[in-house]
Amino acid sequence: MRVEAVPELKVKIGLEVHCQLTDLKSKLFCSCSADYRGSEPNTHICPVCMGLPGTLPVLNRKAVEDAIMIALALNMKVSSRTLFYRKNYFYPDMPKNFQISQYDRAGGVPIAKDGYVTLDGGRKIRISRLQLEEDPGKLVYEGTIETSRATLVDYNRAGVALAEIVTEPDITSPREARIFLQKLRSILEHLGVSSGELEGSMRCDANISIEGGTRVEVKNISSFKEVERALNFEMTRQRNLLRKGLRVGRETRHWDELRRVTVTLRVKEEEEDYRYFPEPDLVPILISEEDVERLRASMPELPDSRKRRLMEQYGISMQNAEVLTDNKALAEFFEACAADYGRPDLLSNWIVGDLLSYLYDMGLELRETKLTPGHMVGILRLIDDGTISGKIGKEVLKEIIITGEAPENIVKARGLVRISDREYLERLTERVFEENPKAVSDALKDEKAIRFLVGQLMKLTDGKADPQLANILVTNRLKALAGKG
Amino acid sequence: MFHMPGILELPASEIVRRVKLQEISVEEYIGECFERIRTVDPKIHAFLTLTEDDAMVRAREIDIRTRRGEKVGSLAGVAVAVKDNICTMGVRTTCASKMLERFVPTYDATVIERLKAQDAVIVGKTNMDEFAMGSSTEQSAFGPTINPYDLERVPGGSSGGSAASVASFEATVSLGSDTGGSARCPASFCGVVGLKPTYGLVSRYGLIAFANSLEQISPIGRRVADVATVMDCISGHDSRDSTSVKTGPTSLRSHLIEDVSGIRVGVPKELFGEGTDEVVSKSVWDALKRLEGLGATCEEVSLKSLKYALASYYIISMSEASSNLARYDGLRYGFRLEDEDWDWSEAFSRNRREGFGPEVKRRIMLGTYALSAGYYNQYYLKAQKVRTLIRQELSRVFKVFNILASPTMPILPFKLGEKLRDPLEMYMCDFDTVTANLAGIPAISIPCSTYRGLPIGIQFMAPPFREDLLIRVSYTLEKSLRLDLRPAV
Repeated sequence: MRVEAVPELKVKIGLEVHCQLTDLKSKLFCSCSADYRGSEPNTHICPVCMGLPGTLPVLNRKAVEDAIMIALALNMKVSSRTLFYRKNYFYPDMPKNFQISQYDRAGGVPIAKDGYVTLDGGRKIRISRLQLEEDPGKLVYEGTIETSRATLVDYNRAGVALAEIVTEPDITSPREARIFLQKLRSILEHLGVSSGELEGSMRCDANISIEGGTRVEVKNISSFKEVERALNFEMTRQRNLLRKGLRVGRETRHWDELRRVTVTLRVKEEEEDYRYFPEPDLVPILISEEDVERLRASMPELPDSRKRRLMEQYGISMQNAEVLTDNKALAEFFEACAADYGRPDLLSNWIVGDLLSYLYDMGLELRETKLTPGHMVGILRLIDDGTISGKIGKEVLKEIIITGEAPENIVKARGLVRISDREYLERLTERVFEENPKAVSDALKDEKAIRFLVGQLMKLTDGKADPQLANILVTNRLKALAGKG
Repeated sequence: MFHMPGILELPASEIVRRVKLQEISVEEYIGECFERIRTVDPKIHAFLTLTEDDAMVRAREIDIRTRRGEKVGSLAGVAVAVKDNICTMGVRTTCASKMLERFVPTYDATVIERLKAQDAVIVGKTNMDEFAMGSSTEQSAFGPTINPYDLERVPGGSSGGSAASVASFEATVSLGSDTGGSARCPASFCGVVGLKPTYGLVSRYGLIAFANSLEQISPIGRRVADVATVMDCISGHDSRDSTSVKTGPTSLRSHLIEDVSGIRVGVPKELFGEGTDEVVSKSVWDALKRLEGLGATCEEVSLKSLKYALASYYIISMSEASSNLARYDGLRYGFRLEDEDWDWSEAFSRNRREGFGPEVKRRIMLGTYALSAGYYNQYYLKAQKVRTLIRQELSRVFKVFNILASPTMPILPFKLGEKLRDPLEMYMCDFDTVTANLAGIPAISIPCSTYRGLPIGIQFMAPPFREDLLIRVSYTLEKSLRLDLRPAV
């Protein structure tokens, strides 16, 4: 029997990203400090963000400017007149039991519409709208949601400005969702409006459907790292259902980060009714062409133009430039190093290749390490002047990431200086030849087998032997043997 | 039987003048206010909370300052009663609801700050329909206020306590709020003056919202001049209210002018329609004839959109209310039942079921319905369209007329309980007043006559920011009428 390969059904993913505008000093509608992280619960609150009777919201104008800059960076059309709507639903994390948000129906106009993000490689992900809204507070449980005696509420976050960025369902894989989010984060960081590094500052909901299936919404994805995982789980779940001939139900699911599964939150027969209507306590925001142009003129360099500049200015590969600019901190690190180091191409390989993979393995962000551009350049100089080998250089880099010690000190303290003592290495070569007669006879027949012998020599010196010298010594000794032959 | 309260009868400006000249001591005058309250309030129940200790302390302070020759404010010593939906720091603000029975604001409303800055003395918080939802002050969770002119009748509402307190000389002036007539209606029923300002002229910061897009804090006084005096103190831009207009305070006192010559008064037929008591119609027309005698011209006009005003008003106000009142869930403040291990949703439901009265619940439910998917276009959006039509029609008519005149209330003060069984009948009382709120224009009610001892009010409406016209016409009429209004308490 022949098993026919069934083509995988296509996936469609749309994202709804919530980014806190972390550059704002105050919340969206009151003067409370928005820098609440690490504070005692319920200390960043006032009558306005607590929705006390009689209080009124007053819009933070800087939030509108931030949103316009985001809109421009995402190639969107900025509305000349936009307004706030109330989204009504009861939930304990919302002091007013409605959220001041924006709406694109019933006469509502979001602050910007219809844009796109170009991914590396050229694929465009369309952005349907950008809205400003207030963040709710945070529910806190003692232990887990099941075991907690009570639900505690911390309103420090309530009222913090959020930019909601909604994509069209243009994303075709969980991996692409992550790539999109990385790019988006880099754009926002380059704009300086949102720092994705802060915990919970960027969150996202996703909707995902398999060709021929129903759209399922996945909520509670607390970080970009989790997005790919959550979507992969959900994609597999839906595919399995369809494969068994079962129906994918229209529902909202919750991503359980600990168990790494999505679970049913609510099955919706129809759209939830949030009874949107225009917020009567705020007046429409008028955005003039001049406002937009003034902000456009003040826009900082964005990832795409930085990528082109890095390629031109430093002559690095497009691939390296893309990886570097997908992360503002990394691009800045590279440029800081390159200012002091004359071989930017080599430098970019070290950062994109070695440094990133070590960070990934250690689960760290660059800013969480003690590594400075000075360290990085120091390592490369030690390699260049022959003090250490490239391989040792990598070991030194790993150690600096954790300890922050100067590279020279590490090399000295651990005795990692390259061995170029010819006599000493000749004695070791002799030993390698004695211990590996089979490899020696192989090497006499096939030049490629030399590498094994050189490797053995490096191993005896813990990698500290000057690799060029080691190569010469092994080759010479083989030639001598062949001559005797 | 009517005891002349003497000092209590003086207009606000006269009190300020005498306080500044040290002819009267604020302590003595405020003391008399509380004496009067103790005598009268058990009969009319205008107050929910008295702030006697605070008031006496402030009174003595002002006296000390005048004795030292220090400067005092434009309302120095004046006794003000404040509707209990306006937040007062440290003084409970209940909205006449069980839900907020123990709610003590941590801040002062902007109008309260401004009153205090001008050395007014707040004597207490006045009764109202719960969350300002009503036209009779019978919907208070703490019992009704009684009309000082007839103890079997309602004082009107929802600012019934504010109007009754001033009418019965418990306070010199008061603050009410007006969402669909809530200051003008009780002003009319209690024989006092109530001014609903242009939307955005007085800050709403600290006014506990019923229907944000319609309401304004509104001064109430026994005389047009008193209302002008208070308005000049509380009006003007406030950065804490985004809907507040960028303009300075009014100077309405400079428009207390006895002159209506050349003023063209439009009289909308629709506001004298079916359901208008003939006695009321006649009184209003008599007053208008008097204005003609003083040099104004009065002419009937038809404003077709007004017949949809009431329906539109109730849909918009209930919709906004349903959202505004969502915050009262008992979690952070306000009425909360003993916890019985309910989840939050159950707790919210039970707190709201127990904490709100029947009229509030009715309006929350109707407003929720009007905003629901599938009904939004049919109700809320249509009501907003009517609102636009009304605005347009009014702005056309104001090209021809300087002001509009009508009865404030279509009927005389009714008996307690008379309209409680039929909410629609109660809603109909607002027929003549809601237009000004929908259009955001200023409107005033002043007494124009009495019938068997019951006051009757006439309403004037003007284009936006033309409070000066209202003051001038009302002042002229008031001076000409010289009504001798005597409450029964």
